Amino acid sequence: MSDEFAHISLRVNGAIHALTIDSRVSLLDALRDHLSLTGTKKGCNQGACGACTVLVDGERINSCLTLAIQYEDREIQTIEGLAHDGILHPMQDAFITRDGFQCGYCTPGQICSAVAMLAEWKEGVPSAVTRPDSSPQLSDDELRERMSGNLCRCGAYVGIRQAIREAMEGTSR
Amino acid sequence: MNAFQYVRVTDHQSAIDAAMSPAAPARFLAGGTNLIDLMREGVEQPRLVIDITRLPLAVIEGRPDGGVRVGAMVRNSHLAAHPVIRERFPLLSYAVLNGASAQLRNMATTGGNLMQRTRCYYFYDTAAHCNKREPGSGCDALDGFNRMHAILGASSQCIATHPSDMCVALAALDATVNIDGPMGARVVPFADFHRLPGETPDIDHNLRRGELITSVDLPASSAGLSSVYRKVRDRASYAFALVSVGAALRIADGKIRDVRLALGGVAHKPWRAVVAERALLGAVPTRDAFARAADAELQPAVPYAHNAFKIALAKRTIVAALSELAGIDGGAE
Repeated sequence: MSDEFAHISLRVNGAIHALTIDSRVSLLDALRDHLSLTGTKKGCNQGACGACTVLVDGERINSCLTLAIQYEDREIQTIEGLAHDGILHPMQDAFITRDGFQCGYCTPGQICSAVAMLAEWKEGVPSAVTRPDSSPQLSDDELRERMSGNLCRCGAYVGIRQAIREAMEGTSR
Repeated sequence: MNAFQYVRVTDHQSAIDAAMSPAAPARFLAGGTNLIDLMREGVEQPRLVIDITRLPLAVIEGRPDGGVRVGAMVRNSHLAAHPVIRERFPLLSYAVLNGASAQLRNMATTGGNLMQRTRCYYFYDTAAHCNKREPGSGCDALDGFNRMHAILGASSQCIATHPSDMCVALAALDATVNIDGPMGARVVPFADFHRLPGETPDIDHNLRRGELITSVDLPASSAGLSSVYRKVRDRASYAFALVSVGAALRIADGKIRDVRLALGGVAHKPWRAVVAERALLGAVPTRDAFARAADAELQPAVPYAHNAFKIALAKRTIVAALSELAGIDGGAE
């Protein structure tokens, strides 16, 4: 069965980790079960909820629909990598001050997704609701559409939108 | 998930060679958004997984004839945001942005989108009968929950639909698919890439063993058309289509000079509405003309217990999309 095991190295939050894993292991399971980075959550495990969202080379992906081995040599960032020296990322701060969660299970995915979403917005990436004559402001319609890959079963969407807006405007810190 | 051997390739000849190795079945792995899910469910059980994400095919480039070539590894998010696509083939950008979520579009590739399999519940459920998953086992969708299922081009073997939004746009835009394989390179018109179910619903497309999609070409003749993608679904975002319509129109001297119409969510493949197009070419653009064309297209539609609503929905969505393009009152939502 040696074919099915692989020695790989994953670069997560700036640190390189050597792993021997079954090639079936998803990036999500590698993070949680092999690297004890349990901030990234397993919700549906089929790409429908967004709880497992992480950043790869700055872009948001669903870590459940991957093989970890595919992501060798890529820059992976998880919720654990957003704070620096004990100081929360502005998006984390904003989620706290705006009550952007209730149970908190979807929150790491929401925050990672929102960080990448704002970067996309700043680069002029369009969405399904963007029109040539759209307002240059990030409307609620835009926010809903751009964050639709992250479900919140508690329904904390109002707080989530307020938190993202606050982080975007840099008013949280 | 069954155990498999994983190989990573960096040139497409190696990918083809690996796919021809005796370790069948082999699968090419790109974004993984469909294949990994199907492997986890036991629907796909490859012995060999060939990771093609590092092939140098993630490029969008202009062609000498004025068309555009989209490499098979171009991810959906990059395709939809690319300035040349937005300017010259806006229908493709709209359709891609209406599919999946931002996270999935960052993973899913152009080639992989063509290869995605149906989302029929009975195909996914290995305890159910499904001729697509297990030929000859029957089709539980025929008498089951078939609200999402096909109304056009289906067979007594399979009433599954093709789930892609991107492919609806590619059908409307007369794209061609560039393929390389053990017998050499070939080009397949988009309309001939996917198949209707007939007696062999287990075969989704016309790729042969070992063949790899290398790129998709968009012809200059489809550039710059005024276009709209209208998707009707159970929630406003991040859901598969009940019905979708990709439409493009060019009107001159009060008559329709070019019309492209394709439907999603209604058939086993992206449905190019050639009957409606024929009825509209040269006609004066009116709501009545659009309605007559939609009626003609849907005339052969066959409903099942729970999806008869799709026939009226498809007609109305066609009329709404074309009316919006023609600037006729009532076209906008």
